[in-house]
Amino acid sequence: MELFVFVVSAAMVLVGAVGVVVRKHPVHAALSLILTLFGIAVLFIAQEAHFLAAVQVIVYAGAIVVLFLFVIMLLGVDNAEDMHIEPFKVQRPVAAVIGAGLVSIIGLAIIVSRKATVPLVEQSQAVQDAAIDPQDGNIRALARDVFSDRVLAFELTSVLLVIAVVATVMLARKPKPGELVIIDTSAAPK
Amino acid sequence: MIAAVATPTTTWYLLLGAALFSIGVVGVMVRRNPLILFMCVELMLNAVNLTFVALARRLGDIGGQSVVFFVMVVAAAEVVVGLGIVVAILRRKPNATTDDMAELKG
Repeated sequence: MELFVFVVSAAMVLVGAVGVVVRKHPVHAALSLILTLFGIAVLFIAQEAHFLAAVQVIVYAGAIVVLFLFVIMLLGVDNAEDMHIEPFKVQRPVAAVIGAGLVSIIGLAIIVSRKATVPLVEQSQAVQDAAIDPQDGNIRALARDVFSDRVLAFELTSVLLVIAVVATVMLARKPKPGELVIIDTSAAPK
Repeated sequence: MIAAVATPTTTWYLLLGAALFSIGVVGVMVRRNPLILFMCVELMLNAVNLTFVALARRLGDIGGQSVVFFVMVVAAAEVVVGLGIVVAILRRKPNATTDDMAELKG
């Protein structure tokens, strides 16, 4: 059963990822991205990360992909990229070689260090699972960690989000006449 | 007995994460549409998230899942600012590719 879940969701992840790279149309690429993100969410559930699976679906597949689709619609849906134009002849072969090299290097490192991921104190997987998904649930365990050990990082993310919102508002609004212009978006498109 | 078939170990998840990351890298190098570049960056972030979650389970340490939580927040902020910049550029130059953004001035 666990094998079945892994194989199906791994196929979803890989098919979606390849779709993002090869589909010409940005809308199709965004839909492939949703497939990948749902596959990742299923794998999160298989790895006892229930809260993160929910956040993955709500924030990634919900908010971020909708934001992508919104921008694609805002800019016009019918400008599919012409994949036959290649500004640099060697770009795609070089990219393929680098990608294959990267996956083989990382894969080799994972295979070689397979034994090294064993914890210092040897425990059964059931004991390991109890640490990340105890009796009172994965969400409580995660909250206890985020709001005690990592509370400073948590507060800093709120600062980050405020900065991101202010930056986006500054980017998007039209400057008043006579005001210092940081990015001039008011000019008519040629 | 079918129960004798292999159950997926942490190594399988790590290899899947490596494959997903590499696909994202190839996408960033090959595609020239800035929106699709952002999607490929999301692929890479998700590959790293998957690795963190798999190792969090293997090592019995909830800290891995906390890091994934923060990565998601940073990814959301990154997409918001990045798409804001892309919209600002594409409003001036429709159908701009990444080659047209080689110089930031104007």
